[in-house]
Amino acid sequence: MRHRSPDFWSGLVLAALGGYIVVQARGWDYLTEDGPGPGFFPLWYGIAILACSAYLVVFGTDSPSDWRGAGRAFATWAALAVAVAALKWVGFALGFAALTFFIVAVMYRRPPAVAALVALGVVAGFYLVFPLALGVALP
Amino acid sequence: MDIASGLMQGFAVALQPANLLWCFVGVLLGTVVGIMPGLGPPATIAMLLPLTAFMNPAGAMIMLAGIYYGAKYGGSTTSILLNVPGESASVVTCLDGYAMARKGRAGPALGIAAIASFIAGTVGVLGLMLVAPPLARFALAFSAPEYFGLMALGLAMVVLLAGRSMVKALLATLVGLWIAGVGTDLFTSTSRFTFGRMELLSGIDFVVVAIGIFAIGEVLANLEAREEPQLLPVPRGLRNLLPTMQDLRDCRFAFAQGSIIGFLVGVLPGAGSTIASFISYGVEKAFSRRREQFGTGVIEGVAAPEGANNSETGGALVPLLTLGIPGSGTTAILLAALVLWGFKPGPLFIAENPNLFWGLVASMYIGNVMLLILNLPLVPVFAQVLRAPVYVLYPLILGVSIVGIYASSGSLFDLLLLVGFGLLGYLMRKLDYPSAPLILGLVLGGAMERALRQSLMMSEGSLGILVSRPISAVMLCFALLILLIPFFSRVNTWRVRALEQKDL
Repeated sequence: MRHRSPDFWSGLVLAALGGYIVVQARGWDYLTEDGPGPGFFPLWYGIAILACSAYLVVFGTDSPSDWRGAGRAFATWAALAVAVAALKWVGFALGFAALTFFIVAVMYRRPPAVAALVALGVVAGFYLVFPLALGVALP
Repeated sequence: MDIASGLMQGFAVALQPANLLWCFVGVLLGTVVGIMPGLGPPATIAMLLPLTAFMNPAGAMIMLAGIYYGAKYGGSTTSILLNVPGESASVVTCLDGYAMARKGRAGPALGIAAIASFIAGTVGVLGLMLVAPPLARFALAFSAPEYFGLMALGLAMVVLLAGRSMVKALLATLVGLWIAGVGTDLFTSTSRFTFGRMELLSGIDFVVVAIGIFAIGEVLANLEAREEPQLLPVPRGLRNLLPTMQDLRDCRFAFAQGSIIGFLVGVLPGAGSTIASFISYGVEKAFSRRREQFGTGVIEGVAAPEGANNSETGGALVPLLTLGIPGSGTTAILLAALVLWGFKPGPLFIAENPNLFWGLVASMYIGNVMLLILNLPLVPVFAQVLRAPVYVLYPLILGVSIVGIYASSGSLFDLLLLVGFGLLGYLMRKLDYPSAPLILGLVLGGAMERALRQSLMMSEGSLGILVSRPISAVMLCFALLILLIPFFSRVNTWRVRALEQKDL
């Protein structure tokens, strides 16, 4: 299969979004007795998204993006997603401490003791500033 | 109310001890985030926005504005000492600022940046004070069609200037409009794009999108690199930071043109402080007797862009406060803040909230003085911020983002949305989609749809109302012309070259 550029793939995803918006908007009133309905505005920007993304798919640049280091970003994002999803069960202290430990120890390759110390310090700082000083509840 | 009595009233508000404190906190935080590469004012203001819900609106606005203009002072420090812009508006300062620092003149470079920022920042506030009230009076004649035209023109300008690819900028705007449309339609109570989730019936909170795209997206992008840049030595002592009389004489024209260009560019939606600083640098170089030395450490090459990017702040607040139209990502967040506190920025804003408007103007005069004092003698102290380990900084930003969102909505679902928008923000950076148009589309989407539907109700469904009224017709024609620019190859080549220079 021929190698496709990021513009091609992002254009396809946006075309799918545009298509979804148009299909949804067609299910709502376009015009009512009082004037434009809930489907009026979305239909037009949905069509515009479809048109622009089709342009990007066909005429987008071939230059590939620089994805060096993206693995580190995706790994951190995944850790953040897991930490946030787990907040409901483990609470802020444990979830956020684990996330901080991951960033310091795995992403920045600091010794586990340093990572644990930073995680503990950051969580303690949040407890001191938000619930205690500002009266803001933590998740 | 005339300007003198307005200003007196404003100083009465700004000089209240609590507001003075918030002004100081704002400019201090602004300086710190300006110094830190990778943490800009939009991310900081977005992160702090939920926490300001508990504050007095005047104090909160004074603090957030302080972060906005304070960051522009701080940004120059990193450009001069690290050759890395602390924020996008300081990109051009790297050219001559870093060259001066390498020649052992970091002190005068930092000093002239602070002095130019102070002079131009003050001129920008003066411009805001003089231009905003008459513009607001003029805008009182606007009705729904004119507002629709104005918002279309604002979005078109942002699309023109936000990124190299206008198609990508337009797509980002349209996605912003779509996100704004999620929730219950206020005219007919129809649920739109809610995917059957109760949590989405009231729409997606602007703060969730802004923090996700700016703060989380920025942290993820910065996490790509493990190594940290090397800092040049910072001169200590005020005497080593002050420029000579000859330096000041050399910068006279830079102070003046930077102030004027910065303000005028600021008033235009979409242009922003980065473009203001590049235009000002270009003008200074074009008129200089030693233009061939620019880029090798010429002091005017620091003064002109630093002046312009600070004066731009005053200009950018004009359309925000008088028309309710933000011109950049940061002013879009300030608009959301005003709406969050129950205000309606627009032509009646100054008349209905004189304390807030004039208090903000007066606080900006005070804030500029505070910044001059902070940035001249204390710059070696601030530079130490650059030695803070990033592996402590990034978890802190992620934590404040999480707590900020939870504090404003109390919803774990919003936290999951935050994580999703964080990934979107990162991918937009990687795929070269500008984020400012998305944020502006999101902020203006609801109002734009309302203005369009109200216009069509007024005309009983005829789109002719948008072009039969002179003001809306002119604005829509300009918007259309702007969007057609890619078809005029010479103009588009100029635009792309200008934006490539901006990206350096």
